[in-house]
Amino acid sequence: MRNNASTRVGTVIGAILILIWCLLPVAWIISLSFKSQTAITNGSPGFFPADGDGAGWQNYQDVLANDQFRRAIFNSIGISLIATLLSVIIATLAAYAIARLDFPGKKLVLTMALAIAMFPVVSLVGPLFDMWRTIGLYDTWPGLIIPYMSFTLPLAIWTLSAFFREIPWELEQAAQVDGATSWQAFRKVIVPLAAPGVFTAAILTFFFAWNDFVFGISLTSTERARPIPAALSFFVGADPFNRPASLLAAGAVVSTIPIIIIVLIFQRKIVAGLTSGAVKG
Amino acid sequence: MSSTYIATAGEEDTKVKKGPKKGKPESERSKAENTLGRNLVLPAIIVMLLVTAFPMLRALYLSLFSYSLTAPEDREFVGLSNYVTALSDPLFWRDTGVTVLYMVVTVAVELVIGFIFAMVMHRVIFARGIIRTSILIPYGIITVVSGFAWQFAFSYQNGFVNSWIPGLDTTFNWFAESTPAIVAIMVSEIWKTTPFMSLLLLAGLAQVSEDMIEAAKVDGATWWQRLWKVILPNMRAAIMVAVLFRALDAYRIFDNIFVMTAGAVGTESISFLTYRQTIEQFQLGIGSALSVLLFLSVLLIAYLIVKLFKVDLAAARQEG
Repeated sequence: MRNNASTRVGTVIGAILILIWCLLPVAWIISLSFKSQTAITNGSPGFFPADGDGAGWQNYQDVLANDQFRRAIFNSIGISLIATLLSVIIATLAAYAIARLDFPGKKLVLTMALAIAMFPVVSLVGPLFDMWRTIGLYDTWPGLIIPYMSFTLPLAIWTLSAFFREIPWELEQAAQVDGATSWQAFRKVIVPLAAPGVFTAAILTFFFAWNDFVFGISLTSTERARPIPAALSFFVGADPFNRPASLLAAGAVVSTIPIIIIVLIFQRKIVAGLTSGAVKG
Repeated sequence: MSSTYIATAGEEDTKVKKGPKKGKPESERSKAENTLGRNLVLPAIIVMLLVTAFPMLRALYLSLFSYSLTAPEDREFVGLSNYVTALSDPLFWRDTGVTVLYMVVTVAVELVIGFIFAMVMHRVIFARGIIRTSILIPYGIITVVSGFAWQFAFSYQNGFVNSWIPGLDTTFNWFAESTPAIVAIMVSEIWKTTPFMSLLLLAGLAQVSEDMIEAAKVDGATWWQRLWKVILPNMRAAIMVAVLFRALDAYRIFDNIFVMTAGAVGTESISFLTYRQTIEQFQLGIGSALSVLLFLSVLLIAYLIVKLFKVDLAAARQEG
């Protein structure tokens, strides 16, 4: 497209708007986390920490000293990582079959995955709540890991099969002709080609599990398995209109740090994964 | 895992050596391929059905009973009366209306803003990495955190929104009445999910051929005409996918409502109503009926969007 002056100005303004859109609320929650708790109780309108006499790191110290919060972070990391690992392994097998093999029922799997991706999660928590209590999965790690797997598999399968379809599998053959064993051909040729796709699927799965709230509040009752989003919402009791905002903000910032780190390191892979899974399908 | 790979890799050897897939396969090899394919997708199917189909059937079954966890031994078959109760309750229709409102407004706003963002990201030459990184932050942030951030931002006690909007009373309470509370919830929802929309649209935009746009330009089409007659019709697949995904996601809105208002002042969605009945009040019978109704309405919306989009696009093309 030709770069005339007005287009260029428009693009620059647009880019700035995107940055403000994305970062302003993040800056706000960070700013809020530095307001003092007494200022919050008395009311301290304003964007900057100085509007609520800056509390320094006090809120962070309080949050990190809170046992429930630490336990919730631990639960979230453990549950999300295990769910991601299992989901990606199962999805890799399925996506390989879908991308490489001809068998009846292939379309069915993809359709089923799509249908499940659109499933209203809340309509399942009632029966799951009942079932999990009967078989003893209520308020346990597996009780959350299993639903997370079911709901991340569709995305993982779509993303991975889109990736696998693009891999030039003949290269494996070529390596074998050149004298590599089939294990070497697989490890040195196919694994490096498939790794980015697997990785992307893993990141998207992890995001889902880390973000989940409905299962987190419905299928847990104590800090044994309660993940971080649920813990944040229970942090201060039921009254949604009077919360220790700055303390909660500090907790929110801590729980966002892993996501920010992942985004910073893997930006390209995430964008590629989100778009390939959904559009190329 | 590695042993599976060796086996599959070996399987591939024979297949590729014998030529392309579509050429008449020997029955034994194609049978082996069928078995392998089925075995590889089986774990995925089992896990997916375990937590969706099975509980859904269970919900269908439980919805025919009067069943409360506070008095489980009083379970009693009542036929369709739970559905009658739900469908004749004005609360159900009110919540459905509110949910549709959330869906329509957020998806419409996100489509417009998301498209603008996608255009900018498509054209921008400088700072590409920074922009794409920051657009992923709202996408990655926990919805609960987004809800808190916006609830506090709108709060008249500790927020900044009131003082930033000119002409608004600084003591205005956004969460005291239905309309402003719904607006606040929508803002959080839109903020968090527009990036996802814009990335899907960006992928669609990348598939529109530059030559075609250039040709339209040479033929004297204005910027507006190029947008409506060339760019948008050519990315209809991407738009359709984005709208479908987001609409169904928005219809399930729950997290933001839970965090920001807990369903008070008429902000409750149909998901929230279902949750309240089953998890908070232990009414599994009526809760299951609501679950089934929620599921059916999602199906209906998916169907309507697919239908509507086809009609719409055909009409648009006839115009051009």
